[in-house]
Amino acid sequence: MTTTSYSELLKKGVERRRVSRKGTNGFMLTLTGALTVLALIPLFWIIGYVFYKGGSTLNLAFFTQLPKPVGMTGGGVLHAIEGSLIVTFLATIMAFIPGVLAAFYAARNPNTVLGIGLRFSTDVLSGVPSIVVGLFAYALIVKPQGHYSALAGGVALAILMVPTIIRTTEEMLKLVPTNLREASLALGAPEWKTSISVLLPAAMDGVITGVLLAIARAAGETAPLLFTTLGNERFDLGTIISSGVTNHQSIIQILGRIFSSPIDSLPLTLWKYAGMPYPERVQQAWGVALILLILVLATNILARVWIEIRKRKLRG
Amino acid sequence: MMKPTTQKNHWIKKIGQLLNHGDRPWFGLIIIMSVVVIAFMVAIGYMLWIDSGPSRVAFGLSFLQPTTDPSWDPVNSNFQAWPFIYGTLITSIIALVIALPVSLGIAIYLSELCPAWLRTPLNWLIELLAAIPSVVYGLWGIFVFLPQVVTPIGTYLFDIFGNVPGLGSFFAGPIPESGASRLAASLILAIMIIPTISAVTRDVLLAIPNSQREASLALGSTQWETIWKILLPYGASGILGAVILGLGRALGETMAVTMVIGNSIEGTISILKPGYTMASIIANEFAETVSALHTSSLIEIGFSLFVMTLLLNMLARLLVWSVTRKTPQEARA
Repeated sequence: MTTTSYSELLKKGVERRRVSRKGTNGFMLTLTGALTVLALIPLFWIIGYVFYKGGSTLNLAFFTQLPKPVGMTGGGVLHAIEGSLIVTFLATIMAFIPGVLAAFYAARNPNTVLGIGLRFSTDVLSGVPSIVVGLFAYALIVKPQGHYSALAGGVALAILMVPTIIRTTEEMLKLVPTNLREASLALGAPEWKTSISVLLPAAMDGVITGVLLAIARAAGETAPLLFTTLGNERFDLGTIISSGVTNHQSIIQILGRIFSSPIDSLPLTLWKYAGMPYPERVQQAWGVALILLILVLATNILARVWIEIRKRKLRG
Repeated sequence: MMKPTTQKNHWIKKIGQLLNHGDRPWFGLIIIMSVVVIAFMVAIGYMLWIDSGPSRVAFGLSFLQPTTDPSWDPVNSNFQAWPFIYGTLITSIIALVIALPVSLGIAIYLSELCPAWLRTPLNWLIELLAAIPSVVYGLWGIFVFLPQVVTPIGTYLFDIFGNVPGLGSFFAGPIPESGASRLAASLILAIMIIPTISAVTRDVLLAIPNSQREASLALGSTQWETIWKILLPYGASGILGAVILGLGRALGETMAVTMVIGNSIEGTISILKPGYTMASIIANEFAETVSALHTSSLIEIGFSLFVMTLLLNMLARLLVWSVTRKTPQEARA
């Protein structure tokens, strides 16, 4: 008698436990999906709202005119667009060649002391707060020179770009089949020739996407520019060039003037305008945000599609 | 006639041999570039250390120590960094507490449950969240997120916890009408570090061999029990690494935080009140410092930030590496 009731009790208990375990299972698995959706809400919210608010600001004048004095409607952010292009261009030039060359080393000798040191410092550099990099560029360039300049901003952004360039290039070089390398070496080509004219072309698509991603990230950075390029609402590339031409200055002199003057950039302008008490400036800030967002979205989507295609091709 | 050419060829050959047909300069070049990258990392620490000298000499360790009566007084050149350190720590920790469960959920969904066709697009979307510039987060935060989300949440928290003894000082309110507060900074930070934590956690989960899952399921576990009792403990150190990486990102985040935290130096510890973080005080004051000591104090704050993120990064990489090293990606096939 006692045994049956005991086994019945046990059965009931097991059954109840089974139901509750299944319930927990279903609940928690649904929860993970719900959390994924939750995390994506801000993404769509931001994108949607920036397009909604910024869309009405964008017109031809916004891209082609200098800012009007505060309080007046109209005017554009040409100075910031020029500034962003100049600073990002400088950063790309300074980061690209060292990044790719260092990646060749990292891909070939991952286990030497230098290789491990390189990977470690790449990791560290990619984790250093961008504002700290800004402080470094200030101490390295602005303080000795005594003035804010586009060059200092370029150096700061270059330091932020290098880790991304090294990492993507290294990854892409590792994807290149070893046969290619061996075939080239077997034909008698030296290592440098193999690297430059066989490995690099094979990995080039991936390298370029990596660089594009790095540029997109750098173009959206504000903190490292706060006290390196500082910002300059009166910056006007056209005036500098035309006055340089009329004064018969050489290209190098003109470039020197451009690179050594304080300069604005899109994110910097956005930050300044967002805190202003003038509604038309705040409205323009949304326009700038839209430009930045489109830039980031376009580069990211293009780059990822490209990488995916490339990987499939290389894996055959 | 023959002689000069052969001699020339001889020299070309000699130079070729000496340079190993161009390989020696090539290796020299790539080694130099690698050293340059490493040198930059060292130089960042070195230059900030040198430039923070005056402040280190003037204030010593008391600069960084907790204090109930902090002073940040550019006029009288008396600086203590505690309010900013507190602001950075409290916002980052709250952000972590919020971001961790969400990121775990995402990582579990992406690695264990998600149908294959949905996985790549979802990965992209989550990564896109990390690609949005920080100033855009800030702008959206000021005009949309703060008034619509943070202020109601803050008011609610104040109603519930505001008068609880002990906890009350953390929730002293009311929250400003604009929503600008440490809570706002924490919430924005949480959104911004979710991609980092979930991506690394997903990689850690994907690196766990399938035999673990199969063994657990064969013993009659449900899928959730497999995840909760087998996979998460197995990847625990890697997940800890992911959390630390996220913390590192939160500590150094500047623009979005500066735009929503309210930037006020007050003695209060409440999360519903405006505050300051280490990064945001540098962003706000560095271009307009009033004295050399002021500059140097800000650089010392930057240096502390650098050391914190350096240590966290090292720890995190070590932890992640300790998990992924055990099982190469192929083990999962």
